[in-house]
Amino acid sequence: MGRFIVRRVIQMVLVMFAVSVLTFLIFNVIPNSDPAVRMSGRQASESTIEAIREEWGFNDSLPQQYITTMEKVITGDLKSQFTQLSVGKEIVKGLPRTFSLAIGAALLWMFVAICFGLYSAVKAGKFADRFLTIIALIGISMPVFWIGALANYYLGFKLGWFPNGGYVEFTEDPIDWFYHLILPWTVLAILFIGFYSRVLRSNVLDTINEDYVRTARAKGLGERQIMIRHVLRNSMIPIVTLWGLDFGAVLGGGAILTETVFDLQGVGQYTAEAIGQLDVPPVLAVTMFSAFFIVLLNAVVDILYAYLDPRIRLQ
Amino acid sequence: MSVEATEPRADDGAPGDAAPLVEVEHLKVFFGIKQGILVEREVARVHAVNDVTFSVDEGETLGLVGESGCGKTTLSRAIMRLIDSTEGSLRFRGEDVTKAGRRQMQPLRREMQMVFQDPFASLNPRKRVGQIIGMPLRLHGSDRQGVEPQVRELLDKVGLHPEHVNRYPHEFSGGQRQRIGVARALALEPRLIVLDEPVSALDVSVQAQIINLLDDLQDQFKLTYLFVAHDLSVVRHVSDRIAVMYLGKLMEVSPAEELYTKPIHPYTSALLAAIPIPDPRENRRRERLVVSGEPPNPINPPSGCVFHPRCPRATQVCREEEPPLVRYPNGHLAACHHPLNVSDAEIRDAARDPSSPVSAGDSLPGTTADAA
Amino acid sequence: MADALLSVEDLRVSFATEEGVVEAVDGVSFDLAAGEVLAVVGESGSGKSVTAMTLMGLTRSPNARFEGTAQYKGTELIGASEDELRRVRGAEIAMIFQDPMTSLNPVQRIGKQIVEQIQEHEGLPDQQARERTVELLERVGIPRARERVDNYPHEFSGGMRQRVMIALALSCNPSVLIADEPTTALDVTIQAQILQRMRDLREETGAAVILVTHDLGVVADIADRIAVMYAGRIVEEGTLDQIFYDPQHPYTWGLLGSITRVDKPRPARLPAIAGLPPSLANRPQGCHFRPRCPHEFSECSKVPPLEAHVQGNPEHRDRCWLSVDEKLAKREVLPGEIGLASKEHAPA
Repeated sequence: MGRFIVRRVIQMVLVMFAVSVLTFLIFNVIPNSDPAVRMSGRQASESTIEAIREEWGFNDSLPQQYITTMEKVITGDLKSQFTQLSVGKEIVKGLPRTFSLAIGAALLWMFVAICFGLYSAVKAGKFADRFLTIIALIGISMPVFWIGALANYYLGFKLGWFPNGGYVEFTEDPIDWFYHLILPWTVLAILFIGFYSRVLRSNVLDTINEDYVRTARAKGLGERQIMIRHVLRNSMIPIVTLWGLDFGAVLGGGAILTETVFDLQGVGQYTAEAIGQLDVPPVLAVTMFSAFFIVLLNAVVDILYAYLDPRIRLQ
Repeated sequence: MSVEATEPRADDGAPGDAAPLVEVEHLKVFFGIKQGILVEREVARVHAVNDVTFSVDEGETLGLVGESGCGKTTLSRAIMRLIDSTEGSLRFRGEDVTKAGRRQMQPLRREMQMVFQDPFASLNPRKRVGQIIGMPLRLHGSDRQGVEPQVRELLDKVGLHPEHVNRYPHEFSGGQRQRIGVARALALEPRLIVLDEPVSALDVSVQAQIINLLDDLQDQFKLTYLFVAHDLSVVRHVSDRIAVMYLGKLMEVSPAEELYTKPIHPYTSALLAAIPIPDPRENRRRERLVVSGEPPNPINPPSGCVFHPRCPRATQVCREEEPPLVRYPNGHLAACHHPLNVSDAEIRDAARDPSSPVSAGDSLPGTTADAA
Repeated sequence: MADALLSVEDLRVSFATEEGVVEAVDGVSFDLAAGEVLAVVGESGSGKSVTAMTLMGLTRSPNARFEGTAQYKGTELIGASEDELRRVRGAEIAMIFQDPMTSLNPVQRIGKQIVEQIQEHEGLPDQQARERTVELLERVGIPRARERVDNYPHEFSGGMRQRVMIALALSCNPSVLIADEPTTALDVTIQAQILQRMRDLREETGAAVILVTHDLGVVADIADRIAVMYAGRIVEEGTLDQIFYDPQHPYTWGLLGSITRVDKPRPARLPAIAGLPPSLANRPQGCHFRPRCPHEFSECSKVPPLEAHVQGNPEHRDRCWLSVDEKLAKREVLPGEIGLASKEHAPA
């Protein structure tokens, strides 16, 4: 197991390297125009452009440019070309907000999806199953920006049950923190719940017909024990992969719409604003930042996978 | 090199003067187990087929018997050129096909066909029977109109109704599906059919039907069979000769009937003893010899004779030296330091057979100091 | 039988499928005495496995219908509630399945899977349950049981997994063991080991066994009594020697005849039963074996009752309209030999 983890971590470093090279190429080389000009905005003076060219070393060889760029990304020594604020500091400021949203939503959607999926599978073909199927389809079909705006308007603005967007630090007031996040969590989770519960349902239905489930029944176990000990764990294995990827994406600021609709000021919203302004340094940094979380969660998933399915550890 | 071919063959009713159709010489098939982070390197090798030499004559049936993991399936796939061999050579009709590529195999493919074990998995469920049987014909150049009568004729030959040409596989029982598999193999009038456990998945009463069918077809079309099986009971009725494999090596090659009355290798004898006899009185009388243990891992085969850890007759020499294949009367070969059912005179006349593995020692039974 | 441990009376199981109602088990009755081995023999689709699994309540589904009774020590199994059945399953009646590769949960340690059953029925503390598990694994012949108890199924070979399944089945000292093709998926030498182990364990535990199999060789090795099933019905029932040396039903003749034997000279052709087993959704009227039977006559369109025909052997029963004398004349009996073929039988 130890060797497996070490191997997986080394792989992760290699993938991160590959991603960084690709990102570098996409931002600095492939557009085939002077990167310094693109980076300095529309009405930059000749001297500004020259300063940026100097700062980023755009006159050096490509490998040297890569090193300079990555140094800046990793140390956070990047400035927005419009606000001149440090990108690193902005991301750090957004982190607790994005993490609060991601962790809460991921736990919520996983928990509810397991309940729905399992219940749906146990009642397969009955009314409850059909009802949940329809609910899931509606959940999958509703775009986040729409349902988010709707929830914000009716539940927040009109009825005043929930705050109308915004964020409160956990350290400041945990209850208010929770209160502010209920809507974002729910809205972000709805899409995933629909999707995950469908996948889990079909996995459970496959697993129920496995021989070892019949063995479990022949042992005299109760239906609940069979479901939890023998069916659920085995059905979860494919779900964990999905979950890792989605969770990683949301952690890395992927919930752009949710963050923006609820004005959470997290990494996702920061990304959205930077893209809107064609502000290259933040976009570059956030791209690497998201890639890191996706790769990291991927590695975590593989390790989790090995825990869930001992057969994988051998390979 | 072609040893089996030049020497007189067993007189067990097999056409002895025919030229060998398949010649396998010192064939090895190893599978590498690879591991690594960026660059994979081989950390171990599965010795699936480990220096095997034999030949199959035109019109003959060779039974290839062994338990799971002995390499019989790998060997049959290697002969069909479905997997590459690691070392050794392979000839079909005298032509060297060891490294034959797609182009060289193309004309030979129609001469070698295969029938698979699982009649449920080996037929495409979305294709009609006519399409399944007709496919090889179409691939080898027959036109659409020409195929249908041929397919009907084939169905008739394997004992199915020609009118069933438009049905789907799921409309047939296991035995009938296996007949479809046989018809597909027959379509191109092959010389060699490799039968990979063709009746193992079938009910007893249906097994007998398929065996009899294979028997009839062989007479009718002068077919050569390589019949792969996991135990000795079924192969007996079709085989002229039987080769017993264990852990990638040949243990014994014998004229079919002689193997049952006079097994020389203790492993063969164990395989025979393990088959339950459907006769309660005989069973009560019979002293059951149950071989203990399980086949070892083919990644790390035992030293000396690969069967020694499970063999009741094993001694020091078995652990140290790999026994050569020794030739006894009737072309009966066995690789054992302590052979069963052979007289002292036969042991005296026995000689190391050139088909022995290269790694085998030279000491013949009876010459070593320690006896069983 | 008054002293029967398990008594099955007119059991019928039918499933609603897309092709109509399939009567998988069509009026099966038998008794199982304490300590005896009853072999239920038949080909695929004969209903032998469905019968066995129904006793454990493992065939229950919304599409299944059950009739008849199965009394185990005075408890009715067929109509029992899930809770009642749970107390029987694993503790009183245990089951060994055909495929050891898929019958154990791949993501749980084997020890845990056995401990789970012991604790379910006897509520032993962890340490004691684990000790018993190690003992059981030793008894079924798993070397280094104390270390291997924490291994996962994929770390065992097929033969070893079947031993684990047997240990699991024996863990609560059941009175009845149902073994559904326990050696079919195994290599011959491993099959011989498992059968020997089962014979020894049977002596030790005194459990009655229902052995479901298609292999008459295995049956000859281990059974006391045999029930031969064909297309959902028992067509013949008797002691081991009665079935092997004085078979009364033409299907049994064919079954015995089509076995390949390694201890006798080989016949020129294998005797085979002509035709195919009927589809369960569409079975012939009367005797189900009629279309394949070389001795069919007018009477066969009516269902023959399962009755004793041989003088002095009331426990030897069969479903055939032929008289004992007619059977004697049509059946080919070689003295001291089994492997009967009917005289009129033309090979397929």
